Amino acid sequence: MVREFTLGPATREAYGATLVELGKTNPNVVVVDADLSKSTYTAKFGKEFPDRFFNVGIAEANMVGIAGGLAHSGKIPFCSSFACFLVNKGYDQLRIAVAYPRENVKVVSSHGGISIGEDGPSQQSIEDVALMCTLPGFVVCVPADEAQAKDLVRRAAAHQGPVYLRTGRPKVAKVYDGGEFPFGKMRQLEEGTDLTIVANGLMVAEALKAHDALKEEGITARVLDGYCVKPLDAEAVTRASLETGAFVVAEEHSRFGGLGSVVAQCLAQHAPAPIEQVCVEDTYAESGSPQQLLEKYGLTWTHIVTAAKRVVQRKGGPTRREPPAGAADKATESEPHPFEV
Amino acid sequence: MSLTIDELKAKALQIRRDAIGMIAAAGSGHPGGSLSEADLLAALWFRVMKHDPKNPQWAGRDRFILSKGHGCPSLYSAMAHAGYFDPAILPTLRKLGSPLQGHPDRRFIPALEASTGSLGNGLSIGIGIAHALKLDRSDARVWVMLGDGECQEGQVWEASMYAGAHRMENLTAIVDYNKKQLDDMVKHILPLDPLGGKFAAMNWHVLEIDGHNMAMVVEALEESRKVKGRPVAVIAHTITGKGVSFMENDPKWHGVAPTKEEATRALAELGV
Ligand SMILES: Cc1ncc(C[n+]2csc(CCOP(=O)(O)OP(=O)(O)O)c2C)c(N)n1
Ligand SMILES: [Mg+2]
Repeated sequence: MVREFTLGPATREAYGATLVELGKTNPNVVVVDADLSKSTYTAKFGKEFPDRFFNVGIAEANMVGIAGGLAHSGKIPFCSSFACFLVNKGYDQLRIAVAYPRENVKVVSSHGGISIGEDGPSQQSIEDVALMCTLPGFVVCVPADEAQAKDLVRRAAAHQGPVYLRTGRPKVAKVYDGGEFPFGKMRQLEEGTDLTIVANGLMVAEALKAHDALKEEGITARVLDGYCVKPLDAEAVTRASLETGAFVVAEEHSRFGGLGSVVAQCLAQHAPAPIEQVCVEDTYAESGSPQQLLEKYGLTWTHIVTAAKRVVQRKGGPTRREPPAGAADKATESEPHPFEV
Repeated sequence: MSLTIDELKAKALQIRRDAIGMIAAAGSGHPGGSLSEADLLAALWFRVMKHDPKNPQWAGRDRFILSKGHGCPSLYSAMAHAGYFDPAILPTLRKLGSPLQGHPDRRFIPALEASTGSLGNGLSIGIGIAHALKLDRSDARVWVMLGDGECQEGQVWEASMYAGAHRMENLTAIVDYNKKQLDDMVKHILPLDPLGGKFAAMNWHVLEIDGHNMAMVVEALEESRKVKGRPVAVIAHTITGKGVSFMENDPKWHGVAPTKEEATRALAELGV
C-alpha cells in the first residue's frame, strides 16, 4: 500500500524557530509583521529580540515598504503575514520598494493554499506563487516540511537579493530528516520511467503516496520535489521529459502561474511532453476542514494517481487530439490546429 | 422592524449566545469582536435599518457591510433572527457546505452586500454603493462596520478622505472601538487616538458613543440618518468579549474558540 508519514510541525513553525536561530547569530536580521505574529510565528523572534522586531499593525503595504527601507540600510528584513494579505496588499510595494531596486528583503508568508481550512477563501492564498514569480529577481520557494523549510529560511538569509518563501498553516508530513535544498534545483525522491510527478509544499508527500499506488499497478513514476519554482531547475525537467516523457504537476495553488505553469513553459521550450495539473482549478474554495477541502478541490494522492494514468495514456499516443469540427476551416494551412484543452 | 430598547437588549443577548455557541461548535472563530459588536448589530438589524427579509434584493433597502468580516457569527445570528434564514442552521458555521462561511461570502448568501475578510475593503465598497444609490435617486443608506485594528489599513483613510470630500451624506461608518486587535491591545501595536478627530478632520460628522448603551446606540444611529452634507462616523466605544467576564478586555480571545466547558460557563453568564 501507500507509505505513511509521521506528522511534523507546520512549515510556519519551522520558520519561527529558524528566525530565532538566525537572530542569535546575525545582528542584522530584523523582522516586520502586520498583526499576525502569533500566526506567522514571528512572535518568537519578537520575544527574544524586541528591538529588532517591528509589528506595524494591520497595514501590509506599509510593512513591505518599511522592509524595503530596512534592506536599503543594510539590514536583512524578514517580512511576514498571511500569503494573501502580504502579497496582494503589499504588491505595489513588493514591486517598487523591493523587486525593482533589488532590495535584500526576505518575504515569508504563512497560510499558503486552501489547507488553512475553516477561515475560508478570503484568507486562502491560491495566487501568491504566480504573483511572486512575475516580480523580476525574486527567488520563489514552497517548502514541503519542517526540515526543508528550515534549510530554505537559512538559505534565504544567506542569499543576496529578494526571496519569497510560502509556508503553510497545518502540521505536515515529515518528508525529510534534514538536507540541503539549493535554490534553482529540484530534489529527486523516486526514480521511475513511465512518468514524472513534480510537486511542492504539502503535495510532495501526496506525490510519494501516489508513486507507491502506481507502482502496485506497474506504473513507475519519477518524483521530483519542485520546492524552488523560480529559478526553475530546467535541467531536471528536461532530463525527466526525455527519460519519462509525461508529467503530472501537483501544487496547492491556482492552475495559472504556479509550478504547473512554469514546468509546462519549460517543457514547451526544451522537450515537449504531455502534462496534467493537479491544482486548484479556476475557482475560490470555501470553509471546511483542511482535509475535506483538499479532497473536494482535488489535492490528494488519489487525484495524482488519476492524472498519472491519464497522462501515461496520452504519452506515445496522439498528444495532439483531433480539433473540434469546423476549427480547421478557420485555421490557415500554416497555422497549427488548436489543441483541445 | 422597530423594537423597543429592552427588546433590542434581549436581541443583543441572543446574538451573543448564538455567537458563543456557533464558535464553540465550529471549534474556531473570533469571539472577542463578535461579542463587542453585538449591541450595534441588534440596533441596526432590528430597528434602525430599512430592510425586508422577505425581499432581500428590495432596491430601497439599506445596505450593510461588515468590513470586519471575522465578526460574522453575530451578523449571521442577527440576520437569522430577522428572518433571512432559519436559525437552526447557525450551528453549521464554518462547516463544509454551510452557507455560513468563516467570513461573509456573497456566493452563499446574496443578502450579504460584500464578501469580506481581508480587512480594509468595506468602506470603499460602501462608497461605491452610496454613489450608485444617489445616481438611482434612492434614499437608502449605507452602513459599514469597521474594526478599530482594521482602521490601521491605509485604504480606510483613502476611503475616509474621499467620502468626506464628496460629502457622502448617505453613508455611516461605525467603528467597533473595542481597543484590541489580533496580537495585542491596539494601543500597544499602533494607537489610533484621536480616532474621532481623524474622521472629523476629513469632513465627517462624528458621534462618539458607548457602544453597549442601547439607548445611546439607537439615538446615534438614528441621528446619523438626519445629517446633511457629510458622512457620519459613529465611534462606538466597546469592550472586547463583552458579556463574558473571562473574555472581556483580553486579546487572547480574539481568534480562539472556547472549549465546551468554557462555552458552558460563557453561556451561563449570558443567561442560559
Ligand atoms: C488585511 C488583513 N490583514 C490581517 C488580517 C488578519 N486579522 C483578522 S482579524 C485581525 C484583527 C482585527 O482587529 P479589529 O479590526 O480591531 O477587529 P476586532 O477587535 O473587532 O475583532 C487580523 C489582523 C485580515 N483579516 N485582513
Ligand atoms: Mg478591535
